[in-house]
Amino acid sequence: MTDAPNATFLLAGAALFALGLRGIFAGVTPLRQIIAVNVMGNGVFLVFITLAARVAGGRPDPVPQAMVLTGIVVAVCATGLALTLAVRHRQEQNERSGTSPP
Amino acid sequence: MIRRTIGWLPSALAFGVLSWALLDLPANPPGLADAALRSLERSGVANPVTAVLLNYRGYDTLLEVAVLLLAIVAVWSLQPISTSSVAEPAAPILSSLLRSLLPLLLLTSGYLLWIGAFAPGGAFQGGALLGGAIVLMLLGGLFRRRLWQRLALLQASLWVGLAVFIGVGMGVMFGGGRFLEYPNGHAGNLILLIETAALLSISVTLGALFFGGRPSLDGEPPPEANP
Repeated sequence: MTDAPNATFLLAGAALFALGLRGIFAGVTPLRQIIAVNVMGNGVFLVFITLAARVAGGRPDPVPQAMVLTGIVVAVCATGLALTLAVRHRQEQNERSGTSPP
Repeated sequence: MIRRTIGWLPSALAFGVLSWALLDLPANPPGLADAALRSLERSGVANPVTAVLLNYRGYDTLLEVAVLLLAIVAVWSLQPISTSSVAEPAAPILSSLLRSLLPLLLLTSGYLLWIGAFAPGGAFQGGALLGGAIVLMLLGGLFRRRLWQRLALLQASLWVGLAVFIGVGMGVMFGGGRFLEYPNGHAGNLILLIETAALLSISVTLGALFFGGRPSLDGEPPPEANP
């Protein structure tokens, strides 16, 4: 069993993941789903960093840290792409229904 | 009401399974810290995270830089955006704040790039900071239209990170090593070279993503990119 502070972070990570999952399944708007994916991703990052902090012998494990570091930047880029796709999708919907603003 | 409750079921299930799996993990696993620290002297940097990123797992980071390029290529292929939208004058408070803030951001991101070899920092942190600076410049209207219209320059700064990474990786093969196997004694300099190019690409990619499309001249079709 883990010690208390680590367990808190791990549970918080799992909770963020579950919350994001709910946001995706609810599927109200694409924007909300994109935010939900980000919430899920942050839960994963939190778990990774916590796991990096509790290896045996003082110094934290650099490998999960490096993964999270690149993961954050990649997540931001994926979010940017998803947002652009959502905007484009909306534009095409508007064009099809003929309510497109000039 | 019942439907809302049922909607939460998968999440509750996921939370339960995940918590159980996470709390069941060994409390003090050996991890890879020892392995990373053992070879640190030969890695060319003193910061184990940078050593993992650019040396031990360089391949991984190379592909991540490629993902960034892929994301911006995909965004650019979706829609052109008029460059006049970036040239709007901003509120005077924002632009005067930016004038004093931007040099500081530039300096800090350069510092982060340099300190990455010894302490927490590196291309990704510096790139994120510089990317934020570019977003602020876009919001503040400090980007002159001409700058965004120099597509070739913009494109070059997007792919230079990946190109330098691959170039260094293949360049070391001429010395007899394998892909991304830095020769003894040169690892530190090569890592700094890769990170400098990656910092430029990461920051410009983030800024261009915020822009949300391929910059195009007003009212004209976007200029043809060089193949």
